[in-house]
Amino acid sequence: MPKAATKPDTSPDTLLDLYYCMLLSRAFEERLAILYRQGKVLGGIFSGIGQEATAVGTSFDLQEGDAVFPLHRDIGVALTRGIAPKALMAQILGKSGGLSGGKVDYLHGGDPALGVYGSTSMIGSSIPIAAGAALAFKLKRTNCVAVAYIGEGGTSTGDFHEALNFAGVQRLPLIVVVENNFFAYSTPVSKQMAVENVAERAAGYGMPGHTCSGNDLLSVRHLACQAVQRARDWLGPTLIECKTYRWHGHSEHDDASYRESEEFLEWKSRDPIPRYELYLREREVLTDDIAEQHRADANREVDEAVAFAEKSPYPELHEALDNLYSEGEP
Amino acid sequence: MTEPAKPQSAQRTARDDTPPDAAADTAAAGGPVTYLEAIRQALAEEMRRDPSVFIIGEDVGAYGGAFGATHGLFEEFGEQRVMDTPIAESLIVGAATGAAILGLRPVAEMQFSDFISCAFDQIVNQAATMRYRHNGKLSVPWVLRCPSGGNVHGSMFHSQNPEAWFFHTPGLKIVAPATPYDAKGLLKAAIRDDDPVLFFEYKYLYRRLKEELPAEDYIVPLGSAAIRRPGHDLSIIAYGVGSYYALQAAETLAKEGIDAEVVDLRSLNPLDEDTIVDSVRRTTRALIVHEDWRRGGVGAEIAAILAEQAMDYLDAPILRVTGRDIPVPFSPPLEQFYLPTPGRIVEAAHRMFK
Repeated sequence: MPKAATKPDTSPDTLLDLYYCMLLSRAFEERLAILYRQGKVLGGIFSGIGQEATAVGTSFDLQEGDAVFPLHRDIGVALTRGIAPKALMAQILGKSGGLSGGKVDYLHGGDPALGVYGSTSMIGSSIPIAAGAALAFKLKRTNCVAVAYIGEGGTSTGDFHEALNFAGVQRLPLIVVVENNFFAYSTPVSKQMAVENVAERAAGYGMPGHTCSGNDLLSVRHLACQAVQRARDWLGPTLIECKTYRWHGHSEHDDASYRESEEFLEWKSRDPIPRYELYLREREVLTDDIAEQHRADANREVDEAVAFAEKSPYPELHEALDNLYSEGEP
Repeated sequence: MTEPAKPQSAQRTARDDTPPDAAADTAAAGGPVTYLEAIRQALAEEMRRDPSVFIIGEDVGAYGGAFGATHGLFEEFGEQRVMDTPIAESLIVGAATGAAILGLRPVAEMQFSDFISCAFDQIVNQAATMRYRHNGKLSVPWVLRCPSGGNVHGSMFHSQNPEAWFFHTPGLKIVAPATPYDAKGLLKAAIRDDDPVLFFEYKYLYRRLKEELPAEDYIVPLGSAAIRRPGHDLSIIAYGVGSYYALQAAETLAKEGIDAEVVDLRSLNPLDEDTIVDSVRRTTRALIVHEDWRRGGVGAEIAAILAEQAMDYLDAPILRVTGRDIPVPFSPPLEQFYLPTPGRIVEAAHRMFK
């Protein structure tokens, strides 16, 4: 059972671990974009580049037994929770060494042993499931928590409403992380909602709602730790809205021509990684050498993931029939 | 939390043509029990046996369920294990899935099976694929109870039989009991099963059927059909309330000298193809009965299986008697026209001997 942590650990090692999680996520996704252009990725790529502080800051301090339900753009969450880059890369290439043995792409699968559960392309549908995981924690009287990830686009769904309402009524240990990147595919937030902040909706569900800069790792982490503690204390759910920006299109084929280039450049200048580096240097935790070493390590890990995935065979045909039912073919 | 007193004026919403009488359903052990009481007993016994079993749905708590299927369970197991939800079918199924993958065994209730369409995505895209896309590293051991069917003056949104939508979907299991014994045994088996099971139960049978049940624990395994009435001349293949109509038709046919065998499928997925094919090879005639719509229904699949595996044995075309392909109409004569009544089954059987 996880121990209650009152304050985020800010030891130098931990601060650098957080840094590495963001670097690894960035390196992994930058490589994915290259592999896509090389024609090596046949499926879709849903880049979370630019949103790493949200992914890492909300998942880093979770503990064994907690459950996360990352969305397609949350590779940073999966890696931070311990999903091996090799298994994830093989998954994306459809290889047998992938998380699901080739059955599904991207983050539609997961690893229950790490508390990482796959979501589907029906945006919003994972929130009731995350609420159900939180319900299980409540009924089993553990103090584990569930974290549901959703874009601002997914907050328009009925499932978002049904799940948050239920979580409020039952005071479930659920944290709903809303990654507000201002676009649902091409549709701007102004066409999605009539309020400025998704967090305003939390009041309607009887839970606290907070808005923060999703590109500021420290703000995100602070709010996440607070919400997790609240949930562990059985005080109920929290909605955290992280305002951030995806640098790439909805998926790699999308040139995102629907947005203003000034807006994009403005957000690019708020890159969460240099922003965090600045903090680390002020704290005298980061030097040029350490930064260089961390980047080299992240790149090497991604190199190894690609090598593993490319070498991994495609699954055998009979494996298509495995694991649909608990006892095999009905 | 204590149970608020139920107002005397509270009326069940059960659209049944027999008077609601929960007290009679919950008679002490011994004596015949209704189909509805068999379901209630299965829930209570499984909850006593396994602390990971819990109930979630609309009005299942202190009220005891729209039909009384959870009557008394709130008092015995408390509000956490007999959990009322808002009107939110997608949430009910989604939450059941989330709790199931974390090790609990939820029994969720759709108040009427008609409402299952509101949870369609959670069933077919989420729960049904969950195990497969995690490559067997988790399972989804939930049961979704669905009060189904017409002939209770419920009109088109309280009378549907939605099993075909899910029969089509890989990753789900489906059962549809026709007797109190099977209702109890199949529900227990479904709760103990590690996969998502849709449990279609029939409002028309709730208080119409009574049966002595074994005192000891038993299950009816999923995937095994029952020959309800052996016969030589014709196989009537049915499930759920369709089996009830088929048995009535078989009695009429017997008086006319036609000896019909009634195969009650009990499970639709897994489907006991061997029993179906074996029966038809013996009797050489196949008449398929269900209350659900005809087009694209379970009967069409059974007809295809028989065409593939028993064509050479057939002495007559395969026929289907089903609900007609219209929304379930309200006016009593129109509803009777819709239903696969014993009269329609008998009439179809006559055509097979011309």
